[in-house]
Amino acid sequence: MQWNSVSEFFAMGGYAFYVWGSFGVTAAVMGIETLVIHRQRQELLRNLRNELLTEGASS
Amino acid sequence: MNTRVIHWFKFSSPQNFYVLAGRMQPWFAALAIVLMAVGLWISFFVAPTDAQQGEGYRIIFVHVPASQMSMFIYLVMAAWAGFGLAFNTRLSGMMASALAPTGALFAFLSLVTGSLWGKPMWGAWWVWDARLTSELILLFLYLGFLALQSSIDDPRRADKACAVLALVGVVNVPIIYFSVKWWNTLHQGASVSLTRSPTMAAAMLWGMLIMVIAFWMYTIAVTLARVRNIILDRERHTEWVKHAVE
Repeated sequence: MQWNSVSEFFAMGGYAFYVWGSFGVTAAVMGIETLVIHRQRQELLRNLRNELLTEGASS
Repeated sequence: MNTRVIHWFKFSSPQNFYVLAGRMQPWFAALAIVLMAVGLWISFFVAPTDAQQGEGYRIIFVHVPASQMSMFIYLVMAAWAGFGLAFNTRLSGMMASALAPTGALFAFLSLVTGSLWGKPMWGAWWVWDARLTSELILLFLYLGFLALQSSIDDPRRADKACAVLALVGVVNVPIIYFSVKWWNTLHQGASVSLTRSPTMAAAMLWGMLIMVIAFWMYTIAVTLARVRNIILDRERHTEWVKHAVE
């Protein structure tokens, strides 16, 4: 391992902004995409169930 | 009759694929998480400091996987779209639609991480280099695909129009891939190729390959989850969806 201390690890040899920025934006995009798909599914299921209920009530 | 034959066409029906995708999705998600953990460990704790770029080169562990994903997703998306045009299968268009947003995000990530790498190494966030420009066009092709799709109300007609766009855009993928050979670009050439031994330390190479596989697993997991949403939405008036959501 090439890190002598935690602060050295976070400093990334002076490239902290670029390295953590790259990994950070990638993690953020993946996290948000996963969350959005999950939310879409919840909403879709809610809508479909509501449609079913109203159909059941009218017939 | 051989009863052990797998009836692949069974899965080309959205109803059956919905169930299959739901069963496969958690496994790909789990693989993505495990491989990403291993890949990140190698990226930061095993791979040595680069002789020329110091710690700044570590951006490679997200930049290369994101970039190759953006190109591969395009090819897979175009293949599904072409299959849909040729055989008029409903699932094909749904698969292409499920892949497009993830492809666009990876093209975006490729450009952003590349920019974050270019600034300290080249001294510029952006240059109109052949590799960078053709990757930007790839992002625009994805965005065009998504815009065209949302502008046509009938999903089956949207699938066909988008399929034509996707197939025409395929010409851009080899241009991106070979741009570093065809033009004298600022972007470096391939570090890994099938015909030569890699020009990287073994730990760097392993870290990169594991991250690439992790991104593949992530893409498959996310695409399967999204295609399930698309199937539910488009088949909402069928009996099986009514039973499935009850």
